[in-house]
Amino acid sequence: MGMTMAEKIIAAAAGKESCKAGDIETVTLDRLMSNDGTTHLTIDMYNNLKKPRIADVDKLVWIIDHNIPADSPKTAASHKKMRDFAKEHGITFYEGEGVCHQVMMEKHVRPGELIFGADSHTCAYGALGAFGTGVGCTDYLYAMVTGTSWLLVPETIRFNLHGTLKKGVYARDLILTIIGRISANGANYKAMEFAGDGLKGLSIADRISICNLCVEAGAKTALMEVDDVALDYLKAHGREPKAIFKSDDDAVFSEVFDIDLSEIEPIVAKPHFVDNIVPVSECEGTKIDEAFLGSCNNGRIEDLRVGAEVIKGKHVADKVRFLVVPASREVYKQALKEGLLDIFMNAGAMVMNPNCSVCWGACQGVIGEGETLISTGTRNFKGRAGHKDSFVYLASAATVTASAIKGYITSAEVQ
Amino acid sequence: MGHTLVEKIIGNKVGHEVKPGDIVTVDVDWCMIDDIMVPFAVQKFEEMGFKKVAKPEGVVLIYDHFLPATQVDDSRHFRVGDEFADKYGIKNVHRTDGICHQLMTEAGYVKPGDIAFGTDSHTVTYGCVGAFSTGIGYTEMAGILGTGQLWIKVPETIKVEIEGTLHGNVTSKDIILRIIGDLTASGATYQAIEFTGSTVDAMSVASRMTMSNMSVEAGAKCGLFAPDEKTCDYCKIPFDDKLKELRSDNDAKYSKILRYKAEDFKPVCACPSLVDNIKPVKELKGTKVNQVFIGSCTNGRLEDLRAAATILKGKHVAPFVKLIVTPASRKIYREALADGTLEILSDAGAIITTPGCGLCCGRGGGILSDDEVVVATNNRNFLGRMGTSKVQIYLASPVTAAATAIAGEIVEG
Amino acid sequence: MSKIWKLDNDIDTDIILPTEYLAFETVQEMKPYAFSPLRPDLAAQIQPGDMIVAGNNFGCGSSREQAPEVVKALGISCIVAKSFARIFFRNAINNGLLLIEQPDLYDEVAEGDEAEVIPGKEIIVNGKSYPIASLPENLTEILEAGGLVKAMRKRNGLD
Repeated sequence: MGMTMAEKIIAAAAGKESCKAGDIETVTLDRLMSNDGTTHLTIDMYNNLKKPRIADVDKLVWIIDHNIPADSPKTAASHKKMRDFAKEHGITFYEGEGVCHQVMMEKHVRPGELIFGADSHTCAYGALGAFGTGVGCTDYLYAMVTGTSWLLVPETIRFNLHGTLKKGVYARDLILTIIGRISANGANYKAMEFAGDGLKGLSIADRISICNLCVEAGAKTALMEVDDVALDYLKAHGREPKAIFKSDDDAVFSEVFDIDLSEIEPIVAKPHFVDNIVPVSECEGTKIDEAFLGSCNNGRIEDLRVGAEVIKGKHVADKVRFLVVPASREVYKQALKEGLLDIFMNAGAMVMNPNCSVCWGACQGVIGEGETLISTGTRNFKGRAGHKDSFVYLASAATVTASAIKGYITSAEVQ
Repeated sequence: MGHTLVEKIIGNKVGHEVKPGDIVTVDVDWCMIDDIMVPFAVQKFEEMGFKKVAKPEGVVLIYDHFLPATQVDDSRHFRVGDEFADKYGIKNVHRTDGICHQLMTEAGYVKPGDIAFGTDSHTVTYGCVGAFSTGIGYTEMAGILGTGQLWIKVPETIKVEIEGTLHGNVTSKDIILRIIGDLTASGATYQAIEFTGSTVDAMSVASRMTMSNMSVEAGAKCGLFAPDEKTCDYCKIPFDDKLKELRSDNDAKYSKILRYKAEDFKPVCACPSLVDNIKPVKELKGTKVNQVFIGSCTNGRLEDLRAAATILKGKHVAPFVKLIVTPASRKIYREALADGTLEILSDAGAIITTPGCGLCCGRGGGILSDDEVVVATNNRNFLGRMGTSKVQIYLASPVTAAATAIAGEIVEG
Repeated sequence: MSKIWKLDNDIDTDIILPTEYLAFETVQEMKPYAFSPLRPDLAAQIQPGDMIVAGNNFGCGSSREQAPEVVKALGISCIVAKSFARIFFRNAINNGLLLIEQPDLYDEVAEGDEAEVIPGKEIIVNGKSYPIASLPENLTEILEAGGLVKAMRKRNGLD
């Protein structure tokens, strides 16, 4: 019987010929990412172990991205703990280089790898054909100390993408539409796999955006078939694949969706759930206080280009704060070279240092009581961006930028 | 008898000669209210029972300390400010443009000879263009909003005369730190400081701003430079006969005169935790640092960023050391983008944040933890200013800061 | 009689109230954090009617009026220092908080001593009299009105 991509990656990591959905496998991890959201807790637990040791320090990547630069003595203390530990143990360490998942894509992730990240959006790595999944700090600690972990082999939902997105429609609209269709727990424990002729029209940025958000449908991981687009990206970043896997023709999927990309429309996810989606037109006119273009979901150069195109020659609406946050130093520098940062600054946006920013709801751009944010971030949960009585709408870079200009939710087309 | 610059500015405003010690009521040209103080000033204004703002065109609201917002209540300050501005016809509101003291001259408000008050102690900065400006509390600000006036006591003047050419690695920051060290943190209390001599004549307005800005750290009421051609270029006004008169008379009387030779200045730091605890950088060599901050209304201008970039070009910040750069305004950020400065800084590993007060006001932008050491180009190193009271803050020039970031320990640039 | 709390030279506004707490809506919320970088327990120990004795340059630093407001809210009846920073001085008067400059007191009294303050005349501690000057007339008016807000209300015909 054939295997899915997820099954093949796990089998390889377990040192087996094959495995199937429902099996529990002991796997050797290829890489372990952790960020300043929880690493200080992991360190505390580590220090409480008897004679702790790190199984393979070369596999660890630690990234300070959530509260950078630190906004309080508390976050500063947790950063210090992380920095000192990384220094002492020789752990690969980044601080202020960008959002962890973007840094991982640029510098570490390889097709065929099995990666644990102490962050739910680790599923983004599927854009390069790697099995990335989010874990808590206890699981992380176990993997850090033993180099291994156990994994329930997930069933796979297959999405066959066909055709191309219309102009003015983005990968972001596609994944929000999919989440709306299968619901916020529609892929619980499962892998979401994307294949089909529609893939070739999607850039790596599009693919990361899609895979990244799969956790919002409950998915354990997201995977995309590796093609030339992925290999070119990998080559440009100086890496080779570990292994390239593809689901067999006779692989068993729990569900199969065929999606015609040309049917996707610009979408907004309304407060307070990611699957609460409606066409942008239904929210047209909703007044906003802040707009956010950034995050591991939509802070890449392609997204900034979209935003810059929309805002060029225009200006952010009076009283609206428009935060533009490149996802990494690489993105920042590229945007600088292309003149995008100046377009945003000239238009009255606030260009920030690469970090998680208001997507994480702390450190930068926190919104107040009764305020409304339109965001390219990952979540719109109640209180996610600041005050418990505030409102977050999720949309594409184009919609967010267009709304920043108008001061209310609107699509770039209506402009 | 002759008059000092500050006596002339105040005298021109009240229409008669004044001398130190006189208490006079002046018409205020500019009121600057920053985001921290907006709700408090508004509340006091309402409590006082005023129905309108006396001179809305002279009021400037600037949101900078809480940008980007780090706490859920921060945006309340913006909202209160916006509502107040709408209600009373205040058009000058800067919501995301940079630090208040940078904007008040950069955006064309304060000009030579003006009188300005602000709800922040570093309002003294506008002395760089020959304006009388000083910080006040929000209650007094509320009073000015309602009446357009404020009483002031005409200050005595301390004259600082600097002649000669500075060494390459010495900046106006080193000068003002040294002067504060010599005067002590309270040495100029109630007084004006006036900076003169060939060295300051040769300085850019940006460099002068650094010195005016920090005058308050010696307790001064204001820190003044007589306007010259450079001032007028910066303010985009002609250097006319009236402005040429706006300088101290030869027979003006000073409470004190300090004379320096430019060649005698060295790179210095203000050591923890007092601004007047000044030591030569050379004596601090070997002090390990965790973070370096270049920014603030003291040293976040283009020439500061450029000075840092010159040193950082082709080099990299030391491992496990953070360099945070916060341009003082949107305009400066854009200029630094255009001339390649930000690219050099980013290549060197700097974290470049959005314009605002940033770390200097201690509410974000790179807070530190116990026993960490920071070298910063801003104006205060008070206990707990940038995190816990166990953070060690050294104040220095952008040149020293940049060199320190590369070395990972305090060194001369 | 007022109990003396003794503080050092150069007590800056970040010590009196750190920036972190400036955005609290009311002074009541700020009170527990007064002087926290230097003496975290002090705010809780101060009783209404107590006074502060300090060295040079009390209140140096920022123009934050929360500093004198929070000191007044703690119940401090007056601050006696060798000298005050000027913005703090104006802010205190505008909030009806009495400040007294006295050159010798600081060097001769200890924390916990009791003092009697007779405004415009003298301070008596441990049986010794320390002379004090009166304030300029325009400031006395503001103080007597109970602060600048009340003075302005009067001007605007409200009280």
